Amino acid sequence: MYSVVKRRQLSDTIVLLEVAAPAVAQKAKPGEFVIVRQNEDSERIPLTIMDFSSEKGTITIVIQEVGYSSALITRMQEGDAFIDFVGPLGQATEIENYGTVLCVGGGVGIAPVHPIARGLKEAGNKVISVLGARNKELLILEEEMRAASDEVVITTDDGSYGMKGFVTHGIQSVLDKGVKIDAIWAIGPVIMMKSVANFTRPLGIKTIVSMNPVMVDGTGMCGACRLDVGGETKFACVDGPEFDAHKVDFDLAMKRSVFFRNEEAAAYHQVKCQCEKEGK
Amino acid sequence: MASKAPRHEMPCQDPIVRGKNFSEVALGYTTETAIEEAKRCVQCKKPKCVEGCPVNVSIPQFIEKVAEGEFLEAAKILKTKNTLPAVCGRVCPQESQCESKCLLGIKGESVAIGRLERFVADYEMANGTGKFAKPTPSGKKVAIIGAGPAGLTCAAELAREGHAVTVFEALHVAGGVLMYGIPEFRLPKAIVQKEISSLKDMGVEILVNQVVGKVTSVQELMESGYDAVFIGTGAGLPYFMNIPGENLNGVYSANEFLTRSNLMKAYNFPANATPVKVGEQVAVLGGGNVAMDAARTALRLGAKDVYIVYRRSMTELPARAEEVHHAEEEGIQFKILTNPVQINGDENGNVKSMTCLRYELGEPDASGRRKPVPIEGSEFELPVQTVVVSIGQGPNPLVTTTTKGLALNKHGNIAADENTMATSIPGVYAGGDIVTGAATVILAMGAGKTAAASINEYLKTK
Repeated sequence: MYSVVKRRQLSDTIVLLEVAAPAVAQKAKPGEFVIVRQNEDSERIPLTIMDFSSEKGTITIVIQEVGYSSALITRMQEGDAFIDFVGPLGQATEIENYGTVLCVGGGVGIAPVHPIARGLKEAGNKVISVLGARNKELLILEEEMRAASDEVVITTDDGSYGMKGFVTHGIQSVLDKGVKIDAIWAIGPVIMMKSVANFTRPLGIKTIVSMNPVMVDGTGMCGACRLDVGGETKFACVDGPEFDAHKVDFDLAMKRSVFFRNEEAAAYHQVKCQCEKEGK
Repeated sequence: MASKAPRHEMPCQDPIVRGKNFSEVALGYTTETAIEEAKRCVQCKKPKCVEGCPVNVSIPQFIEKVAEGEFLEAAKILKTKNTLPAVCGRVCPQESQCESKCLLGIKGESVAIGRLERFVADYEMANGTGKFAKPTPSGKKVAIIGAGPAGLTCAAELAREGHAVTVFEALHVAGGVLMYGIPEFRLPKAIVQKEISSLKDMGVEILVNQVVGKVTSVQELMESGYDAVFIGTGAGLPYFMNIPGENLNGVYSANEFLTRSNLMKAYNFPANATPVKVGEQVAVLGGGNVAMDAARTALRLGAKDVYIVYRRSMTELPARAEEVHHAEEEGIQFKILTNPVQINGDENGNVKSMTCLRYELGEPDASGRRKPVPIEGSEFELPVQTVVVSIGQGPNPLVTTTTKGLALNKHGNIAADENTMATSIPGVYAGGDIVTGAATVILAMGAGKTAAASINEYLKTK
């Protein structure tokens, strides 16, 4: 069993869990993900890795409550355990010294950007991070990102903290200072990653996104996570999750992500009712 | 002579009733029927049936015990050669193996060997002690990658010899295709788990959630003290048709569709949290056993019209006759000599139809089967909301691409010696679908058994 050794509430709906998984922690690298099942009847869901420590034997994940499965996980307390915790999965980030890199995280997408930023910094890059959230309350992991970056730019949709605007405005503000950007990692909602891709395409800046579609096994066996990348079908679980942002068909990814929306809503309703009954 | 009695039919759930549930279709022989059927066996001096069995079960011997009513004795004989008899009795293509060689089959109907095997295995599960005599430990350690039919058989054979065996399984449960692929109504998962638990009783250790190639590697296993490794990772990479519209919502690979329904028990949604959904019209592309499983699953999930779309004719269907028969009984519609050229979607990206071409059969091709040729101008639209692509699986590259020095063939399958299952790396053996490409449960078990014999010999030299 994979126990939660530390729990931190990052916002109303976002929770950080440090989980004991020594074998996974031993091998984890930036950009990889895990597949978890909360209990015997749970779905297998992919979660990106926010941090890992081979010394402590832990993997840290950050999860936002958006449906049934995530609701079960955000309600876990220290000492609770996942029945299954598989990984590390996917291709790791290609960490090398590119020069000056931008690490862009939107919402809960800031979590997977964290180890990438740290890895890129350790490899000698100048790391500028652009963190976006709807408002100040929803901005997560600022302190950790400051430690992993040389500079941090913050944007909020409502202007309650940092610049008012979207992450693309944050990227523009860096460019306005005359900084030459050699590569960009952008992780967040699909619509945000699409905006960043459209923003950087005419500028010719290498841009990598990390896709998080629906998965079942996470090992290339089922193809549920398929994407169109440059006209070719790719499996996010084994070919990704990182892809060239300028080649990903984001519209298709958005359509595919809502296929089970009605089913998920029905299940979510059920867990909410259950939790209210139990007073959680 | 007893052999003049007709072969005993397998009692089954009514087709209309079973089309709405996931309970097992074939109900199994009663003790009386089993004894009667066993008495049909003429006990050939040189039994051809045994030659037809990839794991050489002592068929006449176990059947003789059934005829005598000594069912536990029969089970003992069966289990010396076959570690998963309750599975094989249900899913082996007996008609093209043991039963095809049966003397009675020349002039009439062969002995129902598969049904008797299932009867004996089920009887033993319900009434046996399940105890094994533990062999003397050999002091040797073997790692098995993949807990499917090949890996489990190899593990059991090696455990019998006293070797310490650890099985590394990527999914959260052991069984491989027996758990994720073959549906509950054909192979109850409780039966699979009981067979696996008897392997654990033999001392086989099974570790789940271990994706070899990611969390560890073949090389690391060898370095960490395993004296030999067997790779039985199966055919876990779904093929798609590569036609326009294949990434629309409602298009599944058969692997995804069946994994959701079987392994994740989506038919029990929302009690089990993984969803699966089908439209009123479902097209399953392909004509193999997996296609039949997908079609029959779609029906049980509530589809009104389920079509098998296959480009050749009924005679070329690669699925077992029994599976085709069951599918037809349940109302699965066969759109043969038909192939899709495009899947069409609505404005939300959901499947609404398939554009198909009609085919006719031409000259025999390289496979010896008459080649399907498209009929010009025969294009038509088939309204469907769900498409399940079931045209085969390739080798999953997670292990093969992370194992230095492992020779592969041009399809990406592991190149293993036919007789010994040895790979290009000393001490590393492979068998099952990862070597042959997608085949049957029993062939994988045969390969696992052959590999175990080779590994046993290899360990003597160490």
